[in-house]
Amino acid sequence: MNQTSGTTVAISLITSGFILPRKGVLSSCQIQITEVGEGRKRYRKMHGISRKTPSQDEQEASDLKAAELRDLQSQFLHLHHNKIYTKEALETSAKLLVVNPEHYTGWNYRKLAVQHFLDHQSETEVDSESIQLVLNEELRVVENALKKNFKSYGAWYHRKWVLSKGHSSMDKELRLLGKFQKLDSRNFHAWNYRRFITMLKKISDEEELQYTTDMIFDNFSNYSAWHNRSVLLSHLFEKRGKGHSHKESILEEEFEFVRNALFTDPDDQSGWFYHLWLLDQMVKLEPLLLSSWPPHGCCLYLSVDDYIGCGNLFPRIHFQSKDRMFPIVLYFSEAVEGVNSSTVTIEYEYYSNDDVIWRPLSANRFGCAQAWLTYLNFPDEVHFLKDSPVKVVVAQFPGIVSTNGVSFSQTSYIEFSLCVPSHDREHTEGQTIPRILWKNEKFHPHITESHDASLLNPLHQLKITEEGKSKSSDWSMKTIANEIAHCRDLLSSTNCKIGKLTLARLLMAQSKLISYCIPNDGVKVHYEEILGLYHDLMELDPVHICYYEDEHSLVLLKQVTLSMESILRYCHQYGDSISPSMDSHFCLRLNDLSLSRIGNVERLLWIQMLDLSHNKIRSIEGLEALQLLSCLNLSNNKICSFAALDPLRMLKSLKVLDISYNEIGAHSVDTRRYLCSFPMTHAVKNDWNFEEFANVGVDLTNHWDAFFIFRGLNLIQLDILGNAVVSDQLKQLLFKLMPSLNWFDGENRN
Amino acid sequence: MSVCAGGFGGNIGHDPHLLYTLSAIQVLALFDKIEVLDIEKVSNYIAGLQNEDGSFSGDMWGEVDTRFSYIAICSLALLHQLDKINVEKAVKYILSCQNLDGGFGCTPGAESHAGQIFCCVGALAITGSLHHVDEDLLGWWLCERQVKSGGLNGRPEKLPDVCYSWWVLSSLIMIDRVHWIDKEKLVKFILDCQDKENGGISDRPDDAVDVFHTYFGVAGLSLLEYPGLKAIDPAYALPVDVINRIFLGN
Repeated sequence: MNQTSGTTVAISLITSGFILPRKGVLSSCQIQITEVGEGRKRYRKMHGISRKTPSQDEQEASDLKAAELRDLQSQFLHLHHNKIYTKEALETSAKLLVVNPEHYTGWNYRKLAVQHFLDHQSETEVDSESIQLVLNEELRVVENALKKNFKSYGAWYHRKWVLSKGHSSMDKELRLLGKFQKLDSRNFHAWNYRRFITMLKKISDEEELQYTTDMIFDNFSNYSAWHNRSVLLSHLFEKRGKGHSHKESILEEEFEFVRNALFTDPDDQSGWFYHLWLLDQMVKLEPLLLSSWPPHGCCLYLSVDDYIGCGNLFPRIHFQSKDRMFPIVLYFSEAVEGVNSSTVTIEYEYYSNDDVIWRPLSANRFGCAQAWLTYLNFPDEVHFLKDSPVKVVVAQFPGIVSTNGVSFSQTSYIEFSLCVPSHDREHTEGQTIPRILWKNEKFHPHITESHDASLLNPLHQLKITEEGKSKSSDWSMKTIANEIAHCRDLLSSTNCKIGKLTLARLLMAQSKLISYCIPNDGVKVHYEEILGLYHDLMELDPVHICYYEDEHSLVLLKQVTLSMESILRYCHQYGDSISPSMDSHFCLRLNDLSLSRIGNVERLLWIQMLDLSHNKIRSIEGLEALQLLSCLNLSNNKICSFAALDPLRMLKSLKVLDISYNEIGAHSVDTRRYLCSFPMTHAVKNDWNFEEFANVGVDLTNHWDAFFIFRGLNLIQLDILGNAVVSDQLKQLLFKLMPSLNWFDGENRN
Repeated sequence: MSVCAGGFGGNIGHDPHLLYTLSAIQVLALFDKIEVLDIEKVSNYIAGLQNEDGSFSGDMWGEVDTRFSYIAICSLALLHQLDKINVEKAVKYILSCQNLDGGFGCTPGAESHAGQIFCCVGALAITGSLHHVDEDLLGWWLCERQVKSGGLNGRPEKLPDVCYSWWVLSSLIMIDRVHWIDKEKLVKFILDCQDKENGGISDRPDDAVDVFHTYFGVAGLSLLEYPGLKAIDPAYALPVDVINRIFLGN
């Protein structure tokens, strides 16, 4: 098939949604201009028409019809271009629109005719009766057109336009709507029109709510009615304002209402989607500050040595920084905006709060993120510091707001002290930097010592000025427990996929409430059960297996980071000796866990070395919060493009990266392209600089995305073999972009 | 087909409308002939259709729909004339059509529909505003469009249709959730919709074929990395090499 011409013609059809009768079709494709009967499945010329080669007679009849239609069209266009609005002319247009309600120029013409008439009227006298007649005629034409195709955009809009001239009774419109909604209760044109009329005629939300109740009782499987219901209730909640108890009683009623639908037909999705919305309404918590780095209560030892990281023996934390700067990371429960020097104040002797600039750590860099970053430094003159206090106050202040529009309201603060030892190690210049080998023999399990139990546990260390948790969290806990019970009840009699998924979500929502709210009546979270549910779902619904794997990964990471003991089980010491020393590197090893994505990293902000090899990772979104990361192993995963590595550009400490044996270059489709600031997304803060392109001196046609990702990185070790994209050209580019690169695919470049 | 106003109609003699203006621009972009346009005139026509609230009318008669937001943004981006409109307001309007299930409708309050979702996600992608989308919530709604036969429908409890292989699929790709559907099953569904005797692809197996569904079937297969097909960009609905040529200027 001639693809180019096919695309040419077809692209012009994408957004129009219909075919204009025209001469010249693709040789390999037959367009059947068949008579369209009434009824749901045959509403349009292109859907639900059975395939059969037309007989000679049928073909001839079809050709004749097409010729007649073309004649009618050219007649009409002549009238339109010559602005002829006689009765006969209008009849021609009506004829055309009945045959083809998609002829938008026909509807335009009729509007012009009406306007022409109204203008003419105002010149003489206002005859309301004849105006009424004219507008009635328009409505009649629309009705006839809708009978032909009750999904015609042009026809419905023409009706709206006529009504805006101030005509037609509400009863008439609702009757018409009733007729169409009976024919097809999911016709979104009719539902949109209904919303248009109710707004125009100021019908109350409560009345409309009753209408949706009637529609739902008539047929539970009416997603459109459930949708409308959620829209109306949202309006009502907004209007009634802050009163919690009223909203709570409505939600309770709604939970009961939807339960009927769920128990009656558990396999129909409509009710379950509505249930998910109700759940979301219930757990709309305020954003909270979950953790920070440096953690509250620690003593931060700064040094300017070259060695890469060392063990963290709380409360002493070592941090090496050649440029005398150290980061402060704030990690919230969800993406927020409005973190700046007015909403977060830093009290520190050597830095003025006014100079503090907070940056959101998100791939899109758009002013909202879950993790926020700033840097503080200590001045050159200072050679020794002992216990210099730093206090970061995240204030209750209109300003920090979640993307849901909920304001941050719990004033929290973090206090730590800063030490700069007077004797630094010998600054050894030109020392050969050893290669990091991610082999099992280099890792030794971390020996848990008693003081490690009190290692970084930021959540508990965070001091919060108590304003009292809101009462509504009690109600939420009770309601969730209730819904969990009902869900289990349902699942005891039917093995319904979406019911299982809902149970898993309910349990996770419950765990979220437990971790955020202090009173929890001793309810324990059983992550094992949730993980088990996702395993069941992978078998029950294999079409969506990757979705369940992603959810499973997030739950697993939540389980791993539940407590310091569980984190330590995955911690290893990297080095040749077993005993922990100042030189040994502390590594979190999360390999072979079938992880497909990253999340829930609030308790991992202190990680410097991370091994995620041999998983199924496709996206590393979430890693940008780990600002201390200097060594990262992503080998043997499913990374499909350079764009997927975008979060790494925010990790200024990253020195060692292993992305060998992934799938970069093996796919013609880049699914991360629009989630980074590439040139085809016109992001406001696009730092794309075309001059840089030219200065590199290497042909970038094939590797412009690699250029964009690696020019911000300053690696000393990179492993990239085993990716289809690797070529001499790419290697050349990488060496040019990262002059400090010492080790490349196992070879020493010096 | 250009009319004095600067916009394009569907055929010779038809009134100008945003729909066909985008098609004209896309066709010219395909053949690298955008220079035949009076870019100033066309851009002004498009920009002139933006309303106070950021929405776009399809033409002078005032019908508002998020389809038109996508068309205006896509057209102007291809012409490098996005600054002619108020992008912030345009994005704000699109977001006002975002629903509680994560999807988008044609106007505020309208039900989520895969076609509208493509338009809104595409417009947000082109303007670098995808962070406003809850990728997990929308991704799940979209992946649930895959039914047992492997085909995709456009809304819950409706029949599968090959054209959704474009609208649902491109949306999933733009938000990096395409791995949440079973790609092989979808490929099989599309191939089953071919008319193996006379050529072309239909909406469902054994139905009549048409150019419309043939395009969507082929484009869908390209997005699914079916061998032998050129890569297509999910936001602009044009081949990737055309998009790279336009935006990287190589």
